Amino acid sequence: MIDIINNRLEQGYRTSSFPDGDPGLPERFRGRPLLKPELCSAGCAACAESCPTKAITPASAGGKKGALTLDTGKCLFCTECLAACPSGAVSFTKDHRLAASRRGDLLLSSNEARLAESLGEELRRLFGRSLKLRQVSAGGCGACEADLNVLNTVIYDLGRFGIQFVASPRHADGLIITGPVTRHMSEALKIAYAAIPEPRIVIASGACAISGGPYAGSEDQLGGASAVVPVDLFIPGCPPHPVTVLDGLLRLLGRIS
Amino acid sequence: MSPASRFASVGNGEAVDYSRVPVVPIEDFRSAILRMAAAGRRLCALLSTGVAGGPPAGLLAVLADDAGGRLYLAASEPVTSYKALTPELPQAHLFEREIFESSGITPEGHPWPKPVRLVPADKVTFFQETGEEIHEVAVGPIHAGIIEPGHFRFQCHGETVHHLEIQLGYQHRGVERLLRGGPDSRSLSIAETICGDTAIAHGWAYCAINEALGGASLSLRAEALRAVALELERLANHIGDLGAISNDIGYLPAMSYFGRMRGDYLNLLMLASGNRFGKGLLRPGGLAFDLSEEMCASMAGTVRLGLKHLEQVAGMFFGEPSVISRLEETGVISRKVCDDLGLVGVCARAAGADRDVRQDHPFGFYRFRHIPSTILDTGDVFSRAMVRFLEAQRSMEFLSALLGHLPAGSASGPCGAPAANHIAVALIEGWRGEVCHVAKTGAGRKFEWYKVVDPSFHNWMGLAMTMRGGEISDFPLCNKSFNLSYCGHDL
Repeated sequence: MIDIINNRLEQGYRTSSFPDGDPGLPERFRGRPLLKPELCSAGCAACAESCPTKAITPASAGGKKGALTLDTGKCLFCTECLAACPSGAVSFTKDHRLAASRRGDLLLSSNEARLAESLGEELRRLFGRSLKLRQVSAGGCGACEADLNVLNTVIYDLGRFGIQFVASPRHADGLIITGPVTRHMSEALKIAYAAIPEPRIVIASGACAISGGPYAGSEDQLGGASAVVPVDLFIPGCPPHPVTVLDGLLRLLGRIS
Repeated sequence: MSPASRFASVGNGEAVDYSRVPVVPIEDFRSAILRMAAAGRRLCALLSTGVAGGPPAGLLAVLADDAGGRLYLAASEPVTSYKALTPELPQAHLFEREIFESSGITPEGHPWPKPVRLVPADKVTFFQETGEEIHEVAVGPIHAGIIEPGHFRFQCHGETVHHLEIQLGYQHRGVERLLRGGPDSRSLSIAETICGDTAIAHGWAYCAINEALGGASLSLRAEALRAVALELERLANHIGDLGAISNDIGYLPAMSYFGRMRGDYLNLLMLASGNRFGKGLLRPGGLAFDLSEEMCASMAGTVRLGLKHLEQVAGMFFGEPSVISRLEETGVISRKVCDDLGLVGVCARAAGADRDVRQDHPFGFYRFRHIPSTILDTGDVFSRAMVRFLEAQRSMEFLSALLGHLPAGSASGPCGAPAANHIAVALIEGWRGEVCHVAKTGAGRKFEWYKVVDPSFHNWMGLAMTMRGGEISDFPLCNKSFNLSYCGHDL
């Protein structure tokens, strides 16, 4: 017992001040991409060619000058485009706010952030102060799952927001899906969705669940959660940082804006 | 003729011209493997070299001589069926099922030739025990927590489990097929997502394959930085597992502290790479990021404080008699079962097998600086937990010493295109155990095939064996003490 007390004193108070305080992300953290198409030279498609998931359309796509776009729903936030771009037209900011309510909002062309919107009044009344989620991994590599689990640690203490991961879909208000949705998981995912009482919400967390990620095009998967169920919140990343997930959840519930 | 003479010998992370790999009649291939295994060699990989729709193919084996630090490669002539190795060499059981499933080559006499991952689990049959009061418990694919999917089928008599069959495949997303025809712009991302909690080890194995085939040599600094990343990955996972074990036995203070401490090492990987799992850190030829002196000092400080906290919390955890009584003699794996099944990593070292790629087939910086391996011999949940604690301590000592004295040099260098018609093998000791990648290039200097063996592939059967004669209520704890990967197995 004395050991437990001593350790309790030594460990101290660890819960992050987020969302009120700074999320404390390091210099190399890659958040919201910043596009500067004015720096692109004609005919250059180096970023697009280097991208593992074809998330970028270069400014000069199709031989004529167009908009430089980056799909954060496909982006793995690796650094291949940074290394490939000769002019610094693509970079990443430290802005962790990436979640969006619509798939199309993830396609960045201007640098105007279209952040996730809160649920309608009725759903907010139901879920705003108590949201129970059933997580389903459908081909995820374990990284998205691990960083959702982290929300339960003392650092993020998800319970203080009234959000909880539950075991049974019968007890849940919604699904949070990771992975590209493999063919072998699609049936189980549909059953889990059907088992949740209405009204229900669906969250796609991570590049795979949004677009298939690096697995897009593989015949063994369906290219993300939207292929099987309607999605209400898209959280980009590979995996999304826990504060990115938390930011998305709190915006959805109208707890931050 | 000695059995080894039927094989091409390579070192870890080396490539050889494919014409040097002996191709022998299947009977000779089979008997050479059995003789090698009888002399203590271990099967790292056994695969069919064919591709779907291609011409008839043979088999290829990679055996490890752990004492001699060499790997042995041999291939058979094309076959459509052969006498299964499994009855005489149980460690081949899942490889032979995989070969049967993916290439159609029949291992005749295999005791349980059912699909591994390409067929949904609801389409396969399960072993079923019959008898009075025998009942069956089916769990999954979706489990109670935030965890990957898999199906477990228990044959029980009351609370006692007679048999557990684990059927996976739900996470199959086409890893090896996507790697075929590479290297291309997404190959590294695929390698890093073979198993996301092992992104460094699998990413390193992929890089090592490319470097072996492309003839690249890394600077000492790059080698050291990779070892830093691999040990950080080990720390995050070992400490996280101790937290998960604490949670499963209901000892919540330790769960909270271990759970919090795990994050420190993910955050150090993020400090280095911008990603908590180190995705994007490695690339063929070296690393995408170097560490500044301030970063090294900050990391060393975190690791030093982390060691103090780890020892305090582990002291509290392992000092609690009720914890020990719950862990001891639960889920025992004997040394014989461990060796018969060819288990690797933490669960093998917890069953008395001195088996660690960092020591047996040293790669990268581990050729210059060694981490003592940690061996316990009781083979129970306690020993698997204790090995994790002791290995975390060793990794921290290694990091503390290394971070103050990183060799000078460039963190990245060039890596050429792979040589044509070569084969390369890379073994990396990930936190779960041996990560094995084997790849062969064709005339076009692209991967003709690419084989991935996650340590979980060897170890899932070990978990099933811990349950025999145990209570079904012990399953979650046994499962946590192995903490195997679904996606690494399903590919």
